Parts: sequence; C-alpha cells; structure tokens
Amino acid sequence: MGVEHLTVMTRDGRVDPVGERVRRDVRLALQFDPGPIVTAKVYSFSPALSDAAADYLERIALFDPTEREVAAGCGGAPSTATAFVAVDRRPGVTDDEAQTLRTVLVDAFGEAFASCRTASRDVYWFETSHPEGVLERIARDVVGNPLVHFLTFGCRDEYRAPAITEPSRSRPTIATVPLPRGAVALARLSEERLLALDLAEMQAIADHFVRPATRARRAAAGLASDPTDGELECIAQTWSEHCQHKEFNARISFRDAASGRDAEIDSLFRTYIVAATRAVESQLRAWGQDWLVKVFDDNAGVVRIDAERVFAWKVETHNSPSAVDPYGGAITGILGNNRDPLGTGRGGGRLLFNTDVLCFGWPDDDRPLLPGQLHPRRVFAGVRSGIEDGGNKSGIPTVNGAILFDERFAGKPLVFCGTGSIAPAAVAGAPWWDKRVDDGDRILMVGGRVGKDGIHGATFSSLALGAEAPRSAVQIGSPYTQKLVADFLEDVCARGLVKCATDNGAGGLSSSVGELARLSGGAEIELARVPLKYAGVEPWEILVSESQERMTLGVEEAAVAEVLALAAQYDVEATEIGRFTSDGALRARYEGRPVVDLDLEFLHHGTPRKRLEAEWEPPDLVEPDVPEDLDYGDVLSRMLGSYALCSREPVVRQYDHEIKGRTVVKPLMGRSGEGPQDAAVLRLDWATYRGVAVANGICPRFGDIDPYAMSAAAFDEAVRQIVAVGGRLPRAGAPEPAFWSANDNFCLPNVVFDAVENPDGKRKLGKLVRMCQALYDVAVAYGVPLTSGKDSMKNDFRAAGTTISVPPTVLYSIAAGIPDVRRCVTTDFKAPGDAVYLVGRTEDELGGSEFYRFLGELGRNVPRLRPEAARQRYDRLGEAIAMGLIASCHDISDGGLAVALAECAFGGPLGFDVDLSRVSPADRPHVALFSETTSRFVVSVPRGMESAFEAALGPDAIALGHVSSGGRVRVTMGRRVLVDVETAWLSEAWRRGFEAVL
Amino acid sequence: MSVVRALVLAGFGINSEEETAAAYRLAGAETHVVHLARILRGDVRVEIFDVIHIPGGFSFGDDLGAGRALANRFRTRRLPGGETLLDGLRRVAADGGMVVGICNGFQVLVQVGLLPNVGGRCEPEASLLSNASGRFEDRWVRLRANPRAPIRLWEQSDPFEAPVRHGQGRLAFRDDGVRKGIVERGLDLFSYCDAEGEATLSYPANPNGSELAVAGLCDPSGRVVGMMPHPEDHLSAFVHPDWPRRLRERGSLDAAGDGVDVFRSLVRRVAAQKELTWLKGEEEEAWNGRFSAR
Repeated sequence: MGVEHLTVMTRDGRVDPVGERVRRDVRLALQFDPGPIVTAKVYSFSPALSDAAADYLERIALFDPTEREVAAGCGGAPSTATAFVAVDRRPGVTDDEAQTLRTVLVDAFGEAFASCRTASRDVYWFETSHPEGVLERIARDVVGNPLVHFLTFGCRDEYRAPAITEPSRSRPTIATVPLPRGAVALARLSEERLLALDLAEMQAIADHFVRPATRARRAAAGLASDPTDGELECIAQTWSEHCQHKEFNARISFRDAASGRDAEIDSLFRTYIVAATRAVESQLRAWGQDWLVKVFDDNAGVVRIDAERVFAWKVETHNSPSAVDPYGGAITGILGNNRDPLGTGRGGGRLLFNTDVLCFGWPDDDRPLLPGQLHPRRVFAGVRSGIEDGGNKSGIPTVNGAILFDERFAGKPLVFCGTGSIAPAAVAGAPWWDKRVDDGDRILMVGGRVGKDGIHGATFSSLALGAEAPRSAVQIGSPYTQKLVADFLEDVCARGLVKCATDNGAGGLSSSVGELARLSGGAEIELARVPLKYAGVEPWEILVSESQERMTLGVEEAAVAEVLALAAQYDVEATEIGRFTSDGALRARYEGRPVVDLDLEFLHHGTPRKRLEAEWEPPDLVEPDVPEDLDYGDVLSRMLGSYALCSREPVVRQYDHEIKGRTVVKPLMGRSGEGPQDAAVLRLDWATYRGVAVANGICPRFGDIDPYAMSAAAFDEAVRQIVAVGGRLPRAGAPEPAFWSANDNFCLPNVVFDAVENPDGKRKLGKLVRMCQALYDVAVAYGVPLTSGKDSMKNDFRAAGTTISVPPTVLYSIAAGIPDVRRCVTTDFKAPGDAVYLVGRTEDELGGSEFYRFLGELGRNVPRLRPEAARQRYDRLGEAIAMGLIASCHDISDGGLAVALAECAFGGPLGFDVDLSRVSPADRPHVALFSETTSRFVVSVPRGMESAFEAALGPDAIALGHVSSGGRVRVTMGRRVLVDVETAWLSEAWRRGFEAVL
Repeated sequence: MSVVRALVLAGFGINSEEETAAAYRLAGAETHVVHLARILRGDVRVEIFDVIHIPGGFSFGDDLGAGRALANRFRTRRLPGGETLLDGLRRVAADGGMVVGICNGFQVLVQVGLLPNVGGRCEPEASLLSNASGRFEDRWVRLRANPRAPIRLWEQSDPFEAPVRHGQGRLAFRDDGVRKGIVERGLDLFSYCDAEGEATLSYPANPNGSELAVAGLCDPSGRVVGMMPHPEDHLSAFVHPDWPRRLRERGSLDAAGDGVDVFRSLVRRVAAQKELTWLKGEEEEAWNGRFSAR
C-alpha cells in the first residue's frame, strides 16, 4: 500500500491570502469576481511512500501548527468547495518543489529516496460553482499555461488524483538527414525542422556537404555524406540570427531621401558600434585613462573599477519566450542574463544588481485576441512575477528599470534584462577577463541537467511568432539551482582553477563548446556523459537543448579532480564531458558513435553574408492644434494617472531592491518613501564609499517621427539620469576617472525586404540605420563606450492574417563609476523655501510626447539632442553637485517639466510655487509644461546658495520659484494660473494608476 | 581579553551572508562565513562559536514553505558525531552563546521550535505565513523594542528602522497559551510600530499582518533571537530611503545606521553572558587553517 499523495491546505474556516490574491488576479484578468478561493498543494510519490515516511512528512516536515494542515491522499476539498482548477507540470518542466521534497526525504531517510519520483500540483478550490468554460479560462489565462502545465478543472466530484508519468524507454538514435536538391525542398527542410535558415544559407550548407574534401573527411570519420540531425541542428543554432547578428553584419545599401546622400554600409556593427567605441577609446588613451578593458567579444563588457577590481555587465532581451509564457520567459531571461557575467573571462563574477525594462501592450486593450496571443495584462503580470522570483530568489537586488506601453507591443512584448557584476582584476596572476583554452584542456559542464526543454530557443527567437508556439522552446528557470552554481563559481574561479567559462544559453552545448573551441582550434565531447533529467533525450537534443542553469568550463587536466570535489561540496553537479583539441573540428559522439564532425571554420564563418537594402524618408507629419482652454491641473492629474506615467510602486515593492544592504539610491525614496528616482546607485563594498550608478534610456515613440532623434534621446536619457545623481562624464584631467559602460539593445520587426511578405522592409531597415548613426554620434560626443549589446530582429507576431510588429526600439543601459556615493543627489524636494530651477533650455518639442499622446496626437517636432550643449551643461551640473549646491535633481523625460516637478514634490511630500514665464513664450503654456526637450533637469537649491548655483550653471539655470510647505502645487505663467491643486490630490491619481492592472 | 566568534551560515539558497558578516565585523566579532555543507561534513563544529547566525535568503527556493526544507535538514541530517545540527544549536545556546535568525533564518528557527519555545519543549508553536497582502514586499518599517524582553538589542527610546523583504512574514501563534506566554514573558522582542511609535496591526506599518504586531521573537532564555526585518541592511546611514534629506537637515550623518547598534548589543550580550576562552595550541592552528581557504 503506502501513501501516494499528500495534500497541504489552509484549514477550514481560515482565510487563505494566496487564494485571495488569485481571486483578485482573476477579477483583474477576466473582469468578474470568482468568489472565495482556497489553494492547496498536492504532492505525489512514485513508488508510494512507506507509512513511516508519510508520517514524517505529515507530522514533522510539512507540519504547520497554525493555519495549514497536511493530510494523506489527494482529496480533502474544503467543505464549501464546489469546483476546482488543478495545475500539474508537464513532463520535463522544472518542478523545483517536487525536487526539494525529495531532498527532504533523502535528508531524513537516506539515499534510498534519491530515486523516488515526486511531483507537485497546485489546486484552486472555488466556493462558487462556475461553468466549465469559466474554469477553463481561469486555468488557461490566470493560474496556468497549457504550454508548460497540464490543466484539469470541473466540479468538485470530478476531481481526480494526479499521476506521475513514466519516463520514456526509447533508445537514442542518430539520424542522417538527406539534403535535397532544389530551392523549394531546401526551404521546406528549414521550415519543417525549425532551422530558421534562409535559402542562401541552406544552399551554403548543401554546397559544403557535397564538396569532395568534406566527403572524404566524413568518410574517414565513419559518417554518411549527408549531415546528421545533430550536425544540421548545430549549424542552425550557430547560424541563427540570435547568435550571429546577421542583419547587423550585413552589407547594406542605404538610400537617404532626406539628405540625398546614399551610402554603402559594410556592417552596421562595425561601422557604428565598434567604431564609436574605438573613437572613445583613443580619446581616453589620449587623456591617460585606462579603464576600458574588454568590449564586444565576451559574454559581458568589462571596465576597470580600480587596481584590484573590474566591473562586467550585460543587458539582453527575452522577448519570444516571454510572449508565449510570460513567467517562464522572464525568469529564464533574468537567470540567463545572470550567467553572462558568471561566464565572462575566467568566470565567477559576483552578481551585484539586476535591471529590467519592459514594453507591453495596453493592459486594458479590449481588441479581440489573435490565436496564440496572450493578453497584455497577463503578459505584464507574468513577466513581473518572473522578475520577482528571478531576482529575489537569487539574492540579487533589482534596482532600476522602466515599463512602457504601446499597442504594438501586444504581439511580442520586449523584456530587457540586465545584470552587473564585480570580479577581481586578476586571478592566479593573469587578467580575469582573458579566456584561455589549450589543446588538451578538459570541458566541464556544471549545474542543471539536460532535458527536452528549451530545444530550438535560438532559432525560435529568430522567427516571427505565430499562433502555434513550439512547446519545446518554453522552459521554467530554477533560481535555486543557479544560486548554488553562482556560489560555487565564485569560489572555484577565485582559486584560479578555471581557465575559461561560458554559459549554456541559446544553442546549448553546441554554442558554448563551439564558441570556446575557437580559442584552441577544436573540441570533442561525449554526449552520453551529459547528465540528463530523464531518459529518452536524443543525442541531437542533448547537443542543442537550452536546459537552464548550466555553465561550460575549460579546466586543465590536472585541476579537474579538485574542481569536481569542490562542486560536490556546493551540491553542484559537475561532469567532465570532453576536451579541447586543435585540429580544427568540433566533434560530438554518443557512446562512441559519431554525431557531429564539423569543420570549425565552416561552422563559424560559413554563413553567407546578407545583402540588404534600406531607405529613409522622413514621414509627412504636422503639429496638432492644441486647445487653448485646457484645465492644466486636470490634464496633469490625468496624465500622472495614466499607465505610461503612474507610480511604479506596486511593481517595485515586489522586487527586492536592497538585498546586500548597499543600495544607496533606490527606485523609491524621500520622506514619503515613494519619490521615484533616476539612476540607481549601489555602494561596491563596506570599506570605501565607491559606487556604481546605473540607468536606462528608451523612447520608442520618438522613432515614429525620426529614429535618429529617438536613438539620440534614449542615449541621452540614460546619461542624464546618471548625471542627475552626480555622475560625471569622462573628461580630461578628471581627478578620479570613473568608468562608463553602455549596453545597446536593438529590437526590431523583420527588416529584410520581401515584395510579398515584408513590403516595407527597406524602410524598417532604414530606421535601424538612422538609429545606429545616432548611436555613433552621441556615444562619441559624450565619450561613453559601448561595451556590449544585443539585437533581436524578428519581433513580429503573425496570426489569422494579422501582423503585430513592435516599433523599432533601442534601449541604452549605462553604468558609471561614482567616486563617493555620499555625494549623490536624489529627486525629492527636501525643504520648503529651497529655490526651484529648470536647468536647460526648452524648445517647442512635443512630437511623440506624453502630452500629445494624451491628446491622441503624434506631432512632428520631435526632441532633437544637442550633444555639445548638453555635455557642457552636464559638466557644470556635476561641478555644482560636487560643490554641494544642490538639494535635489530630477531629469526631465516622459511628461516634461510638469510631471518632473510633480514627482519631486511626491517624494517630500511637499508643494511648490513656480512661474514658467521664462521657460517659453507666454502664449504657449503647454510647451513649457510638457515639452520633452532632452538634457534638462529640475533642481532645487538650498536658500543662500542660489547665486553660487547660478554662477556655476550660467544661462542654463532658469529660476522658477520655490518649494512650499503648504502641500500645494501651484504653477503660473505671468498672471495666468495654470495649475493650483493639492499635492496629495495629484499623488493620489498617480499612485492608483495600476490599481486595475496588478 | 578574548573576542566573540560569530559563524554566519551560507549555502543552499541563503543569500544575505555577505552583509550579515559585515554586520558582525562592524560589531567587533571575529566572523566567519561557513557553508552549511562544511558543517554537515564535520569540517567545522558549531560549538567553537559564540554566535550562530542563520541569515536571510530563499533556502531551497522556499519550496514547501519558507525555510521549511532547511529546518528539516537541521532536524534530520546527522553530523559525524551522530547528533543533529539542531542539537548543536541548542547546546550553543545552553552554553551561553546565541542563535540568531533573520528573515529566512527566523522562519527556520520558528519551524524547528526554537522560537518562541514558550513551553520549553522545542516544538512548533508559531508559523510565518504568507503576508496578508499575498505578496512579497520590500519596504522600510519602524520597530519598537520591548523593554521587558529577556534580551535588549535596542536601547534607544526611538524606534529603529530597517527594511523588510519577504513574502512569508505573517507571524501566527498556535493558541492562546502561546500568546499569553509571549506577552507575559516579554518574548515579543520587536514590534512593528506606526509613526507615533505605537505597535500596530495596520498595513503598511505592519507590513504582513503579524499577530500582536510582532516583528521579532526571543526564547525565554534570551539566547535564541529571530526577526523578519533586516538590521543588517541598515549598517550605513547612507542606505536609509530618506538619507539625503536627513543629511541636509543635520549637516552631517553618522556613518553607522541603526542596524550596527543591534549587532553591537548582541555581541556585547554574548561577551557578558559567556566565558570566552582563548583557543590553545592545536586548536588555534586548526581554527586558522579551517578558514584560510575562504
């Protein structure tokens, strides 16, 4: 007999807060109240537990003396329940809880329980009876996702016990894939196998395999002349857009109708991004500054903090996975991004912070959903929750981010995850950032096991998304597993036992080993040695699976035993799976049989380069007529309550933003504890007050008018947020030169022209060219190097004949060193009587602004960055902050001066009394209030320091008025009163913006 | 004179060991961060320490309930000597040392019955359940210390401030007997309080809906202490959410935050209640060798 199931549930009659939260989630998502919900957990065991083991779990291990009760069996519905929804994990989907339960049994009863199979189920019991259709919606749209969960629902007496699926017993096979002749057949092969390769690329593969040299070599290796499934998959992953950045490396013919100057661009990446960094680098050299260490060719960019330490950081997107499974997509996005610093140089960087920038469709979008499309509110809620678990459970503070909305993000959301880290400058006498691999070094796989989850992630994200998402591409992360890996890596790498490290992300082992193999000139691995989650994973799947929480290490043969022993101490699984060679081949075997034998040169350089066409013609736009008689107090309140501008507190509070105890400038500050801040600032250690500031800049709406202006404004936004807290741009003769390090992340719809499929492809690529041109101009003008980045080029959702494409978007994420965090400045007004200034000239630039969006307009006058003037202003402002002249400083961005002023007041909470006569012509109050001209700040200055401040800033300082004690927001323009309302009334609207969403 | 030795536990998803170790060092204790696996293997014996601290984090991902799997490991895994780690912790306290748990560590101490332990039988008398809001929250709270508690960790009359960062911090007690025991013996070491300094059940000053507004507990001996808020996250005045205004108002800020005083009191208390001894000869060597690797 024995016990097959245990149920843990809130005792009858007690309130279940989790059930209450789910009830609220249902209400928000489906617009009806499902009535009281009681949650239960059911754990299943195979083979059944002995009575002693069950008794231990029931009476000790899972026992709760207050509200929760544990009982054998899986029934135990609350007395009032009438209906249920049950959520089981599909086979192969991470089930951490079940695994931990097994650990608990092993701890108590020994290793015999290590082979016990366990599973967990979530049950939601409803007091109110609901028709099946309603339960199904709750199951699919709120508490589960059919891609990763097995969902059952019904009335109380239909409830059935969960069953544990038996593992597959199929024998692994290695198949040969005949390469057909002819374009149509090749294209079909790419489509059928989800290779995401175009015809030219398929043709290049076919050509390679018919070459006599290839054939001879394959015959010698005992392989058929056609590729194996493993080889084809390996090539597809390596050549994927995700891994190869094909558009950024393409040759582009650019026709610029605006300037009339056409150009041939030989790789956007080299022409703009690399060139900008090189230009900055030579400027830095000329100034005698050597903090720029390693750019572009590793998992994260590296800059120097001081003689002993370096800072490495990386920002990436996880859009496609987040579109189909928001929670899983976001959490694997965070954890995957964490592995970049862990896998930079010799590995083991100490993770310092996360940032997240999110772009969603409107949460109240009421258009019917397309097949396969998830509602934006659902995507928002799921992504938020994935970020919570990804950061909080890893012990990494989530310190900065942004949330944007636009109906064009309703198909694919954009989910940008960033991670900063600190590493020692040298390990075992060699620079930390140098990866070395020699012939004979061993290849170790460390961390999670491999399963069928995450197959085809790299190729999947290189395709447009449609009604059918491949189930295999979706996976759930395990922050716990990765935390063990991170702790282990920090230790083993600091001991100098690891020569190089990289993560297993897109493309799995095929990419991680394939990449490192370039350093020695070859590698061979035995796939049968790779630890599997369950039997039945095919050799090719082992090779390309993107199962999470895994790293690949290069270790000298003599050090392998020590590394393995240390891993065991940390409860981390580590396995030697092969060795590096130098004969120019990437080889994989399964039980000695060849699976892959590919020429590295072909694998990494055989991709035919794309040739693309781009064109730019400014859109024909006009400025709208703005009504004269607006009640600006009312307008401001409604804008502040909008999704775009409202308080992010309900989201931010659920992210742990201060674990490690060193977050000096947090997302929310001030006496009220709710004043939104610009850049985040973290102190690096307890010994000094040195810190790092981090900020993000993104403004896709400007791109609807001019992508150049958009890209420039986004770069400026990130820089000026850092300037606002006290950061100083690189400059000659700085007493303590501080590093700057920028990540660029481009997200575009398909830019490859096709007369039928993508008729406006050239225009979209033209926008990308404009964005890159701005990147170069601004990065060089500011002296800020690009150190790493990523592009995501297929952000289209197609279903039922409709395509939803994201607007071309670029995110700049910038980090900068702060010599003394105690000098940092926050946004909240500090004391009544302080003088309030606008810093920087305001232009009539409302194109793409929040105010025009409020009016339902786009406009034409997009904010144009004036980098030389901005640079000078930033230097002066930096001097004033260093001199202690500034009580508060807030950058002006979305919503313009009026919104920035209001946010400064909310942190107090205080009021202010300002006159805008000097800001812009008196008959245009809306320009003064809401223009989004770049490079401006709201600053408050303690009484008595006004003249020193004005002397420091020169004509850039425009006195507006003062901070007031009365808790009233008063804005005038000469005799006209524009706004005169209570601060609390405004902040109420602002605070409640997400009330109907989260 | 000898010095207080503190062991800060790490590993298996604990993630606040770095700042916790900094707190003990600032308080003057000789501090070592030790991975739990090394203790279970017998590399390090807990008895050679005066303070055993279980930091915050998500041990075992908080699967099965916050701190639960770690608590079970404390109860069931045998050390080489045959006893459990829980036995070891009880002996440390019995010998005059302290056992401290914050956040996840507090959850562990409550689950194994070391807190509040009104009945003295080390059995579960309370739970830390999902916050009343059903959500994880990170926010700063004000805490009042009970002057009648068996141990005083905060001597000032003003409340001390620290952040909470948890999803399961709602303290609930088994029955009225436990509640009565806590109140009568002053085991409610810290309470959440409002702007006026009064203990409160109202959100958000009481961020999770804890019964009796209790934020931290000690056992009747005062040698086992636990709390949900994180004094180790307020080691520097420059991490308080309102530090820039305070700096402006006061002209200068003490470098140390409230949290440092809490750890100083704790270390002082241990020094006073336990006869600290020098390690001798071989023992000393073993001590030094044991930690040189990390």
